[in-house]
Amino acid sequence: MADKLRTLQNLEALQARYVGTGHADTTKYEWLSNIKRDSCASYVGHNPLLSYMAVGMGEPKEKVRIKMMEKMVRGAGNPPEVGLSFLQIDV
Amino acid sequence: MATTSHMFMYSLTIQPPTAITQAILGQFAGTKEQQIVTASGSKLTIHRPDATQGKVTPLFSQDVFGIIRSLAAFRLAGSNKDYIIIGSDSGRITIIEYVPSQNRFSRIHLETFGKSGVRRVVPGQYLVVDPKGRACLIASLEKNKLVYVLNRNSQAELTISSPLEAHKPQTLVFAMTALDVGYENPVFAALEVDYSEADQDPTGQAYEEIEKVLVFYELDLGLNHVVRKWSDPVDRTANMLFQVPGGADGPSGVLVCAEDNITYRHSNQDAFRVPIPRRTGATENPERKRTIVSGVMHKMRGAFFFLLQSEDGDLFKLTLDMVEDENGQLTGEVRRLKIKYFDTVPVASSLLILKSGFLYVASESGNHNFYQFEKLGDDDEEIEFSSDNFSADPSVPYDPVFFRPRPAENLNLMESLNALNPMTDSKIANLTGEDAPQIYTVGGTGARSSFRTLKHGLAVSEIVESELRTVPSAVWTTKLTRGDEYDAYIVLSFANGTLVLSIGEVVEEVSDTGFLSTAPTLAVQQLGEDSLIQVHPRGIRHLMADRRVNEWPAPQHRSIVAAATNQRQVAVALSSGEIVYFEMDSDGSLAEYDERRQMSGTVTCLSLGEVPEGRMRSSFLAVGCDDSTVRILSLDPDSTLENKSVQALTSAPSALNIISMTDSSSGGTTLYLHIGLYSGVYLRTVLDEVTGELSDTRTRFLGAKPVKLSQVSVKGQTAVLALSSRPWLGYSDVQTKSFMLTPLDYPGLEWGWNFSSEQCEEGMIGIQGKNLRIFSIDKLDNNMLQESIPLAHTPRRFVKHPEQALFYVIESDNNVLSSATQKSLIEDSRSRNGEVDVLPAAGFGYPRGQGHWASCIQIVDPVTSKQVIFSLDLEDNEAAVSIAAVPFSSQDDETFLVVGTAKDMTSDPPSSSGGFIHIYRFQEDGRELEFIHKTKVDDPPLALLAFQGRVLAGVGSLLRLYDLGMKQLLRKCQAHVVPHTIVGLQTQGSRIIVSDVRDSVTYVVYKYQENVLIPFVDDTVARWTTSTAMVDYETTAGGDKFGNIWLLRCPTKFSEEADEDGSGAHLLHERGYLHGTPNRLDLMVHYYVQDIPTAIHKTQLVAGGRDILVWTGFQGTIGMFVPFVSREDVDFFQSLEMQLASQTPPLAGRDHLIYRGYYAPSKGVIDGDLCEMYFLLPNDTKKMIAAELDRSVREIERKISDMRTRVAY
Repeated sequence: MADKLRTLQNLEALQARYVGTGHADTTKYEWLSNIKRDSCASYVGHNPLLSYMAVGMGEPKEKVRIKMMEKMVRGAGNPPEVGLSFLQIDV
Repeated sequence: MATTSHMFMYSLTIQPPTAITQAILGQFAGTKEQQIVTASGSKLTIHRPDATQGKVTPLFSQDVFGIIRSLAAFRLAGSNKDYIIIGSDSGRITIIEYVPSQNRFSRIHLETFGKSGVRRVVPGQYLVVDPKGRACLIASLEKNKLVYVLNRNSQAELTISSPLEAHKPQTLVFAMTALDVGYENPVFAALEVDYSEADQDPTGQAYEEIEKVLVFYELDLGLNHVVRKWSDPVDRTANMLFQVPGGADGPSGVLVCAEDNITYRHSNQDAFRVPIPRRTGATENPERKRTIVSGVMHKMRGAFFFLLQSEDGDLFKLTLDMVEDENGQLTGEVRRLKIKYFDTVPVASSLLILKSGFLYVASESGNHNFYQFEKLGDDDEEIEFSSDNFSADPSVPYDPVFFRPRPAENLNLMESLNALNPMTDSKIANLTGEDAPQIYTVGGTGARSSFRTLKHGLAVSEIVESELRTVPSAVWTTKLTRGDEYDAYIVLSFANGTLVLSIGEVVEEVSDTGFLSTAPTLAVQQLGEDSLIQVHPRGIRHLMADRRVNEWPAPQHRSIVAAATNQRQVAVALSSGEIVYFEMDSDGSLAEYDERRQMSGTVTCLSLGEVPEGRMRSSFLAVGCDDSTVRILSLDPDSTLENKSVQALTSAPSALNIISMTDSSSGGTTLYLHIGLYSGVYLRTVLDEVTGELSDTRTRFLGAKPVKLSQVSVKGQTAVLALSSRPWLGYSDVQTKSFMLTPLDYPGLEWGWNFSSEQCEEGMIGIQGKNLRIFSIDKLDNNMLQESIPLAHTPRRFVKHPEQALFYVIESDNNVLSSATQKSLIEDSRSRNGEVDVLPAAGFGYPRGQGHWASCIQIVDPVTSKQVIFSLDLEDNEAAVSIAAVPFSSQDDETFLVVGTAKDMTSDPPSSSGGFIHIYRFQEDGRELEFIHKTKVDDPPLALLAFQGRVLAGVGSLLRLYDLGMKQLLRKCQAHVVPHTIVGLQTQGSRIIVSDVRDSVTYVVYKYQENVLIPFVDDTVARWTTSTAMVDYETTAGGDKFGNIWLLRCPTKFSEEADEDGSGAHLLHERGYLHGTPNRLDLMVHYYVQDIPTAIHKTQLVAGGRDILVWTGFQGTIGMFVPFVSREDVDFFQSLEMQLASQTPPLAGRDHLIYRGYYAPSKGVIDGDLCEMYFLLPNDTKKMIAAELDRSVREIERKISDMRTRVAY
């Protein structure tokens, strides 16, 4: 029993420290939001990838960076109505 | 051990990435002089800007084996040396300093704070430092901010505190800067967005109402904690912050740059806002809002200004006016902001203003520029816009303001530093008929795009070229006395005479020198204090300063065939094979040694080293004989002309030269014997200064002609000029001191010699046919020569004409008006407003328009005319996406140019209204194109390939085979072979390698009889493929968007099954495995290179080299993979890698193995860049590693440099 408690505490510590660490009740919306934000953060953080996209879009890097950061604000769109979290989310 | 049968590759960088992530400025050497430190990929480079010449030269460059995300410079109060903080992917903060005496970076602190990798919540993206150097803040995109207090201890060493947290969950940081608050508590400003409510509100209302806030974080130095001191909403579109000087210099606070406006904000001041001026012009959209993409603040004595750059590249000068009290004293209160147009420069990733009055622009694409300020735009006619006329409230609308761009008035371009990035494609071919192939690349964006030819070589600047009446056989230069600084005579030897020219204001013939003019010359030397000698076939002529001439005649029936001289010694070889040795007496006359040494064969060449400092003589004479040997004879008085050592050669030696050169192994100088052979091979061996033993021989093939050698001086170091079918220079690398042998970009010479005059201190003189040429080498730090041809738009791909030396480049620019639209807009405006002036796109960019495409096909001739010779614009908003030269068997194997285009393409989200495949016929030997027809397809055809007399096209996820018809292409066969989108095709025989945009590669076999395409093997990992190349029939090398390079191999069994005769029914009916093909590929090699590979080639880079894999990257990297032949080498390099990784861990604290296995564990690759770090180590560490490996330092260095020089440069 103590082990289980410790595992739970460890998990909570992890979740507090590293955004996006999942748990048993992660909803699809949460998961998707995290994936989207992680992806965008990776595009912004990896300079070759950011320039690759910038050249593809015909924009300066800074504008693509802002675009990606705005996508991070948006995440996976509006959350589902409470209690309907199992529904398909259109992203 | 399972790895014994495995394939191993040696990965090396030929040219590091040229894209600069960030550049910083500081006094890193601790002197008044400012240096520039740049981060490009994993390379950290320090440059020295030279204010007198207006040039930037790299001082030192180091691979940190990690991703450098951010850099910052800081200085502790009272110090005069700047330190560098690196924010990298190591999860650690690194503080380093530059040590000018050793020319190295040295790490001072390395503090771990989080996980490694580039992650959303691990700090490293933003790095800002308090202007007084008291604290730094390192932040992540979301949530985390760590503040470190920087201080110094009693020994004046830099100390760093444990981190203080200023986290705020579910908050994104858009920008950060430090406030200039003088010596009050350090304050950091952040642009933040809190998304927690938007994530809870299903109606979307909260998202609409999200505010962007400017937050000040104060570090309380007394209490040692960080508080969120102040926050206030700003414009929702804000993207950048700039520090405004504070304390005694200004009002403090920040500039908040947003879309279309810039606002001054501070917690205790009013806000002021100015709009960003928009361009006017016939082709400009007046509605388009500009964003600031980069900028710089510059403080001068008592004043400061900002240069802010918009996305068009326009620089705006922004200044602040202060309130004055009744006495005319500044009160520290801001009165207004003023903005005006300054000049236009390329869009920068970093702008730096140097104290010496220069602007360094680290461009986002293409060359980095170095400008000098002519003036600061103080009293020109530009309209200045003031914040008085605009409300500071972001919600209040205002009328936009306009300016007219004009050619530069304030900045003067001093130097443009070559940069290949973004490099979208490359080819390797030998079109000029030289012995090594050239690398052809396309890169850049918009109007700054270029086609570049790269070849291995040193740039030569020619000083004189003059034609002579007859062909000379040799040329020397000589001083008159030992104390002379410059050469006085040029001595030319002809088949039947000798000519002496004097060097002065003019070069003219002199006849009263005492030189024998009726015979050819073998050697000329300034001897002793002030006499000269001339060796000719009949004897030695000694010319004294008082015009007396002593002649030593050659014995009867014998002539002199070879001679070697230095300041005190002369040795000549007679046709009989005897060697006669002379030494200078105390009275300055030459004395013959009483014995002659009989050699076994005819002597072909001789060499005496220079007399070492403080010695009477050089103790060795090298003798080359036609029996393919070189002997070292002693010249010591007690063993004169005795044999010391012998070296057997593969061919008779044609030239010898004993030179003392800098050496990386010993750290000082070492005596080398350079040997040139009649076969065109050049050897360099170490000559032991005591025993005369020869060791550590290194060989290199230079060309088809016998090698001639001479000692020259370049950039203050002794170098060897080796002449064969083309000239080469052997020198020590500027950074590593290791020996480099590089061809000169110069015609083949028959003879070369050192040349020094007042006008040209370190030059060379050479003979080429009838021409006498004097030239010099100005740069030793760059051995890749570049030639650039400007292109119209961003190049995407290119192909070579199957026979001609011509390239066809497809170019397209998104959100740019096509030339037809531009023309009609200009015509329109002309009819209304009269004449309109159009600025050159190369400096000012193209007019932009959302959703528009400008695209063209250009023919480039890189060899003869070196320019674009034909241009064809695409219409109807089509953008070219793929290109191939295809011979159609239905048209008697005539080759056509096939170009795939996409109509109305958007990249985010990816969409288009279909695509076309255009067919062009080559006219005028491929110098022009004739449009035949185009075929509509549903999706953009992103890949095209000539295949068995027809064309294969990847259209979406479909692979189609087309034949050429009269009106359009005829579909012959199609198959759905990959899950998403085909982006690349390769072929050998009936096998086609299909790469998917995000699902690795699939092997497809084409069954001719049944006319079917059958996928039979695919991959287990989803790789976002960018480029592929077939290494052999089974193996494919590829690169992906995340910066990995991998090799995949089809198991032999499946490969054979696919090629079995018959209908392929067994393949068609085999059951697929996990929604894919029945079989899977094996991973052979996997390696992280950081840059995105855009082209991979299997090719040779040097004459006589092996086949290697060469890859070129998006950021401008050129790298290669060399397959290992023997297991012993692999073991050696593996243990060397291990030693290096543990003895000299990477500078930024990233674990080397984890870095190279960033996405997947590195497999089957030795990191050559890490191995080459060995050259940069201090001598004791070198020795320690050598002892661990049970080898000598020289042996290890030789192995490392051999890996490179055998196959590449």
